[in-house]
Amino acid sequence: MQLRTKNPVTSGVTNMFIPHTEAERDEMLRAIGVNKLEDLFCDVPERFRFPDLDLPPALSEMEAVAQLDELAATNDTARSLISFLGAGAYHHYIPSAVDSIIRRGEFFTAYTPYQPEVSQGTLQAIFEFQSLVTALTGMDVSNASHYDGASATAEAGIMAYHHFRGKRPRMVVSPSVHPHYRQTLQTYMSGYPDVEVLGYDQDPFGTPDQLIPLVDYNTSLVVVQYPDFFGRIFDYTNFAAKVHEMGALLAVAINPIALALLKTPGEFGADIVVGEGQPLGIPLSFGGPYLGIFAVKNAFLRKIAGRLVGETVDGQGRKGYVLTLTAREQHIRREKATSNICTNQGLMALAATVYMSLLGKSGLQKVAELCYQKAHYAASRISEIEGYKVIAQHPFFHEFVVECPRPVAEINEILLDYDILGGYDLGKEYPSLNRHMLVAVTEMNAREDIDELCDALQEASHE
Amino acid sequence: MSEPTIFELSSPGRQGVRFPEADVPHTQLPHGLLRSNFPFPELSEVDVVRHFTHLSRLNYCIDQGLYPLGSCTMKYNPRVNEDAARMPGFAFTHPLQPVETVQGNLALMFAMQEYLKEISGFAGITLQPAAGAQGEFVGVMIIKAYHQSRGDVKRNKILIPDSAHGTNPASSAMLGFEVAHLPSDSKGNVDLDALRSICDDTVAGLMLTNPNTLGLFDENVAEVVQIVHEAGGLVYGDGANLNALLGIARPGDIGFDIMHFNLHKTFSTPHGGGGPGSGPVGVAAHLVDFLPSPVIAIIEDGNDEIPPLYGFANPPQSIGRVKSFHGHFGMLIRAFTYIIMHGPDGLRKISEYAVLNANYLRVLLQDVYHLPYKRICMHEFVVEGKWEDAPGVIALDISKRLMDYNFHPPTNYFPLIVHEALMIEPTETESKQSLDQFADVMLKIADEAHHHPELLKEAPHITPVGRLDEVKAAKELVLCCWIPDKI
Repeated sequence: MQLRTKNPVTSGVTNMFIPHTEAERDEMLRAIGVNKLEDLFCDVPERFRFPDLDLPPALSEMEAVAQLDELAATNDTARSLISFLGAGAYHHYIPSAVDSIIRRGEFFTAYTPYQPEVSQGTLQAIFEFQSLVTALTGMDVSNASHYDGASATAEAGIMAYHHFRGKRPRMVVSPSVHPHYRQTLQTYMSGYPDVEVLGYDQDPFGTPDQLIPLVDYNTSLVVVQYPDFFGRIFDYTNFAAKVHEMGALLAVAINPIALALLKTPGEFGADIVVGEGQPLGIPLSFGGPYLGIFAVKNAFLRKIAGRLVGETVDGQGRKGYVLTLTAREQHIRREKATSNICTNQGLMALAATVYMSLLGKSGLQKVAELCYQKAHYAASRISEIEGYKVIAQHPFFHEFVVECPRPVAEINEILLDYDILGGYDLGKEYPSLNRHMLVAVTEMNAREDIDELCDALQEASHE
Repeated sequence: MSEPTIFELSSPGRQGVRFPEADVPHTQLPHGLLRSNFPFPELSEVDVVRHFTHLSRLNYCIDQGLYPLGSCTMKYNPRVNEDAARMPGFAFTHPLQPVETVQGNLALMFAMQEYLKEISGFAGITLQPAAGAQGEFVGVMIIKAYHQSRGDVKRNKILIPDSAHGTNPASSAMLGFEVAHLPSDSKGNVDLDALRSICDDTVAGLMLTNPNTLGLFDENVAEVVQIVHEAGGLVYGDGANLNALLGIARPGDIGFDIMHFNLHKTFSTPHGGGGPGSGPVGVAAHLVDFLPSPVIAIIEDGNDEIPPLYGFANPPQSIGRVKSFHGHFGMLIRAFTYIIMHGPDGLRKISEYAVLNANYLRVLLQDVYHLPYKRICMHEFVVEGKWEDAPGVIALDISKRLMDYNFHPPTNYFPLIVHEALMIEPTETESKQSLDQFADVMLKIADEAHHHPELLKEAPHITPVGRLDEVKAAKELVLCCWIPDKI
């Protein structure tokens, strides 16, 4: 797909978003006391002033939509294909009401609610988001959101580092935590030269207990995922106790849909819950914008990064909401802030709030069960195909690993001929696993889709 | 009357969405791994839609009127952007699809990189950062990586003018730098003498917002850049105020080494009540190897008949990854739409009119509101919200009173170097009439401040709630609804 420009338009084009007429412009210039627009830029050194920008000429809305349509049409999508691709971003059904709410100008064209009297809508919605996240995770406090699962994981690292005032420089991270989360944590931790992050070189398919020997009294944080990157569900109750014996904190990266069924991280003793909120009503959108979940136990309430909304009253005793504990944040504390986060994922948190409210208790459980049932059907069918082996010694949720008779990249190419978007090629992040495919199944996959996948896998098994 | 919370509205047994029954054989759920209790609300679709519609009505928004928050660039958000981002061909693409199946996305992202390069004068772009603050973090990391790659390890200091955004020092501190503050001179520019005296071989870089947060273009910017470069430091540009510079000047030409963009300010992607933003970072030629990985590249050249194949590339000395996947693609679509609808002349017009509007409003207000730096401003300006002959009235009171006249207040108490600061950025999308109305109200409030100060002190009067007790909120810390059967 090559970008090109149709119907070039000459300069002097009307700008639909700038309302001034020429007469109004001239009147304003006179009021300012200058003759022309150029005079307003006298402070800009002349040699830099008014560069010619080599950009395509302006398109009308109609032409722009045509160009965008053409670009969009070049793509295959999780909807035009049958998709079994997950690995941290999931194709779920999003009820129409979600988008209809977040498309209200009152929500999407508002700023961060720094002026609470005219932002109660946003503030109460965030307060409800915080409440739903604590209910879902079994934690005490949720913030107003982070960028995504990866940056939330990195912020957990920063929080743990500061919690121990830098005296516990070791972090232990399971190799079955999403590779992007691990890489992002690593990037963020490079600001702390004494921090060592261990665990990545352990057996990817090992159990959490293999990490325990790495956890010592210098360890500030242990990070695991639930269900993990390979879809496996471990009860971390005993693991949490062992981590706590060494005085370290436990962060658990979650999939929010799975928590409608599973024991909560709060129950098994997690100190921090992070996670990717995208499955909660947010479109795949090629990777973003998504939603970082960040929740903690009460003990860490003042260490949490990002915004928090609290309930209070006005002078007449009417209930209202404000941003609170702002003294932790960058605009007050500057270089002493716990994080530099400012703009976060407000509208995505609203989408998740609407999604969780609409589905409610039974709807969210239903989606989780459908994912679970269909994934298990798929696993059992695939395990019957000659040459394929489902690796499932442990319970799994809606994703599982299949060992394939050929490199996954080759199989996926063949699946595409059948209009099937195959599972994630684990060899991309774990070079030794280039014959291992991570298959994700959600409520969007009908039984026939799964059967088609099995037929295609069978076809793809031989050269 | 206040709106109940979603938990208070819950009625056990209600359902907002129905899903089809399972079409596969039943598998037993994993016994022993299940939660015992799920305290979630239960509502019908109409309950939910009404609840959030009620909430939405409690917000002020750009669609309603002028939103003059300084340094926030609250411009109108074109509706076509929203439709573009929701085109199924974009919205349903998975970030890990084979590149051959997402050439439309990659072509758009590649073009965005090229457009941002051209607009800013930089040699390389990453689209990955989620927001301006994360862009800054990336920028400071690149500064650090650059010096380290040259074995120049004693540079532990980042210089930050006293007028800077709070994210600048916070981002520097996150990477272990010491922050050294630079004063402004009497005209609001960086104090060159102070800069010269602090610049030595421990300076890693300078973070400069230009135009600065007073809305002033630093007249000595080229000299500032030169002084830092001569000391071996790099110059980081905070792109928060780029709305003043489109087609006016390119930071890369001036000599900046790095800059982040805020697509949610300059390029009209919506603020969404606090995000999502998007904070691409541009770098000069000597820094492209350090960009976060991956960047979008042409991996197979095309020709007249065959388009090129777009894909991902990892810069050789990359600082690594700063988030999952490839950045806020949905926001990139919106900004792309905005850029192609403006073209080079349209972009310049944005900045010209943003600056025209700010200066017009400045002139209407400056006889009544003290303007500490009397110069032609760029896209915003700062006045003091206090008068000696109206003791007791502070900037906050003026802001709250503006709400009674159906305007959103300006930014308060920032920048820190102006007392009782009111920082006003009207943006180019406001008409002369809208600015005249706002100025009339501001002048009326100034008059009230002198004759009926109680109107300001008790404001706002017409909003859903009055001034809220922030001390109580911070003391009692009620951070979630009462949830009936939460364990």
